[in-house]
Amino acid sequence: MNIQESPRVQPQRRRLVEILLGGGLLASVVSFLYPVLRYLVPPAVPDLGGDEVVAGKVGELKPNGSKIFRFGNRPGLLLLTAEGEYRALSATCTHLSCTVQYRNDLHQVWCACHNGLYDLNGRNVAGPPPRPLEVFQVHVRGDEVVVTRKRES
Amino acid sequence: MGLGASLAHGQAPNTCVGCHTVLDPPLQVTEEQFSHDIHSQKGLTCASCHGGDSTNSGPEAMSKTAGFRGKIERRQIPALCGRCHSDAAYMRQFNPSLRTDELAQYLTSVHGKLLAKGDNKVAVCTDCHGVHDLRPASDTRSKVHPLNVAETCARCHADPAYMKGYPIPTDQLSSYNGSVHHEALAVRGDLSAPTCTTCHGNHGAAPPGVGTVQNVCSTCHVFQAQLFEASAHKAAFQAASLPGCVACHGNHSVKHPSDAMLGTGPQSVCTNCHTSGDAGFQVAGEMHQKLTSLDASIQSADQLLAHAESSGMEVSQARLEQDQARDSLTKARVTIHSSQMERVERDVQAGMKTAAKTYQEGKDALAERDYRRVGLGFSLLTIVVVLAGLGLMIRKIERKPN
Amino acid sequence: MSLLTRVRGWLDERFDWAGMTAPLLKKTVPVHKLTYWYFLGGITLFLFVIQVCTGILLLLYYRAGANEAFESVQYIMTRVQFGWLVRSIHSWAANLMIFTAFAHMFSVLFLHAYRKPRELTWVSGMLLLFLVMGFGFSGYLLPWNSLAFFATKVGTEIAGQVPVVGRSMMIFLRGGEEVTGATLTRFFGFHVAVLPGIATLLIVLHLALVQRFGISVPPSVEARWIAHPEQARQMKFFPGFFLRELMAWYIALGVLGALAALLPWGLGTKADPFAAAPAGIKPEWYFLFMFQTLKLIPARVWLVDGEILGILVFGVAGFLWLLLPFFENLGRGRKVILGAGIFALTYIVAMTLYGYMAQ
Repeated sequence: MNIQESPRVQPQRRRLVEILLGGGLLASVVSFLYPVLRYLVPPAVPDLGGDEVVAGKVGELKPNGSKIFRFGNRPGLLLLTAEGEYRALSATCTHLSCTVQYRNDLHQVWCACHNGLYDLNGRNVAGPPPRPLEVFQVHVRGDEVVVTRKRES
Repeated sequence: MGLGASLAHGQAPNTCVGCHTVLDPPLQVTEEQFSHDIHSQKGLTCASCHGGDSTNSGPEAMSKTAGFRGKIERRQIPALCGRCHSDAAYMRQFNPSLRTDELAQYLTSVHGKLLAKGDNKVAVCTDCHGVHDLRPASDTRSKVHPLNVAETCARCHADPAYMKGYPIPTDQLSSYNGSVHHEALAVRGDLSAPTCTTCHGNHGAAPPGVGTVQNVCSTCHVFQAQLFEASAHKAAFQAASLPGCVACHGNHSVKHPSDAMLGTGPQSVCTNCHTSGDAGFQVAGEMHQKLTSLDASIQSADQLLAHAESSGMEVSQARLEQDQARDSLTKARVTIHSSQMERVERDVQAGMKTAAKTYQEGKDALAERDYRRVGLGFSLLTIVVVLAGLGLMIRKIERKPN
Repeated sequence: MSLLTRVRGWLDERFDWAGMTAPLLKKTVPVHKLTYWYFLGGITLFLFVIQVCTGILLLLYYRAGANEAFESVQYIMTRVQFGWLVRSIHSWAANLMIFTAFAHMFSVLFLHAYRKPRELTWVSGMLLLFLVMGFGFSGYLLPWNSLAFFATKVGTEIAGQVPVVGRSMMIFLRGGEEVTGATLTRFFGFHVAVLPGIATLLIVLHLALVQRFGISVPPSVEARWIAHPEQARQMKFFPGFFLRELMAWYIALGVLGALAALLPWGLGTKADPFAAAPAGIKPEWYFLFMFQTLKLIPARVWLVDGEILGILVFGVAGFLWLLLPFFENLGRGRKVILGAGIFALTYIVAMTLYGYMAQ
């Protein structure tokens, strides 16, 4: 390795090196900082929490109405009974995993695949489903309807 | 008979067991055995069925004067049990929701009819329920608990030597044990799955007829039965004296259905009746093709999503939507029982649309991955430029003088 | 006057900047055939800094708790802008750092840089190596996926086998009898607070010692230079060695970016404490040689339980390795240490490969 300093360097060479190094450093630092700065900005959806999700807004559902929402990696069913009470259940049928729906004529949860029926407490009352649907807790927070589930910790 | 005296629950002395516990079979009834017996737990004693005096521990207990009946003859067992179990007012004192028509049902059954004709080999109450350690059907140790029913029936019905002389086969248990109903009941523990008595009845046990067996299946398989009823097959099967449902799916050895059962291939059930050239043959082939193409679409979308996932992309939203595509396929597999092409087509198309969407999402995920690689390329380029700059700077600083 | 000169003048008037930086400018690095091995320490430090930075970024979104950890990492990977990049860099740099730490240790051993007066540098470095492995073990659990859950279960189980103190150690590590959410919380505390605190102190000590004693020269080169002083070569740290080090760091950055984009770190499935352990569970590669050894030891060796014997042997070996420099002058010390180093390196490499290929 050469270690002696040289007293005279051609100006163009020096300029090239400086531009290369300076420009390269700047570009590389930008390419490192850009992702970091974007990272610091919180995403639009603030939560993919396992426990809690905003399933809808107050007023979105009519009495005796329902909607499917995403809870973690699986669908959930939010319904508003005729008496004005919110219920939330897992929407995955315990028979063969079809997505269930709320039947506002039967006031029960129904699976279209093989005619399974559940009551509003998730209990499997008719048809092939072998187990009840998981029941979630619902709270109204301001104008948001929040669905939570208890998990082992 | 001292029935009234023995209604005091558990307080009536039952001295019979005291001796009979140490006797040899067939007279042996141990304390332990009898303690499990539901009748004993409700306060009945030996005398309730056998007569005699259960409070007396001497031989007079078994005298004619005390009303002792001794061993009950097989032919008389149903009537004996029926004396209490058909008396609604009496049974109400113990369990008001218990049925009281078992004897009446039994008399309509094959077992009951043959017994009336003098055949002593057929099943009577005690053969299935047990006698001195009789447990309620909800007890998992009971011989008539749903999980144990098939074994209990098979004790006779799967014994070729015993069943010699009767014109029915003895392979029902082995067929049933290979079936999807057995798997649901015994393996998955789904107590609502059918066992022998679900389709044949328990007390009124008789095989459902050719014309009516589909009614039995339809109690659980509602949609398929409704579609079949409205289909062209219903009339055709009736005309040919073919049993609905059973003709294609079997009775005891009902296996999990596969798409290969539909269509014109080697495992197809359609070709049992339909031959090349007739309209049904064509429809069968088309339906099979529709189902398999939807299945293939779903699988190819699955594969693409898995590929994206293993490249580090997160595709859980698309995976969720795949469930909907699978729902459509499940529905289509039910709709084929209508034997109507348009209905199957509708379900299949819904599924294809979803599968196409998730496939696209998989491709988008892979495109995002490629975009990241381009970003990486740019970063690497700047790094290479910096390295070149540093290298040159080092050379410049350390160049030997001319 | 340029901006840089003006700033330097301002600092000089208050902090004697020129005086403080003078020793740094005088610092030199010996130049010989094996000089490139000197980079390893700096790269390890650089990777540690990367870990701290990416770790802090991850802390902005990560949640430690059995019901949230997995989902929060999933969130980082999919919703947060460039979250996938930060997380993959953190995971890859962790593995790279452990590798360079081991390489740095072995190169110091084979270059005999641990000899007097640098014994404490070696000791502080070995402690840092143990800490780095602790970082790896605690950090691995944090995504709360099933692979990590079972690896932690097995790892703490093995720790529990140590005689006398094993069980208390295991309960301390697990935060209870079993691996639960409490373990996760505890490991999180270790990983982001306890270990970084201790590591910072040790790194400062280690760097201060390196600065104090300068860079060591291997004995053979030293002997040559004493005999022929004109052959002795030194390079100034600033700017020569530093620029080269900067090149090495930039290469490391490029490698990390490429790994993160081309081979992103997977997430797996969420841990389920009630599921059965999958067959063939094994720890991360840096523990594999120990794990494989324990698997190969027969159940009983003379009167001692095989696994406990294995653990004790590794414990004693680690302890002796920590005190390596103090054996240098005992009899044939240097030759024994060299032999032990070759044996250890071969053993670790062979056992790691074996662990991977044996299924």
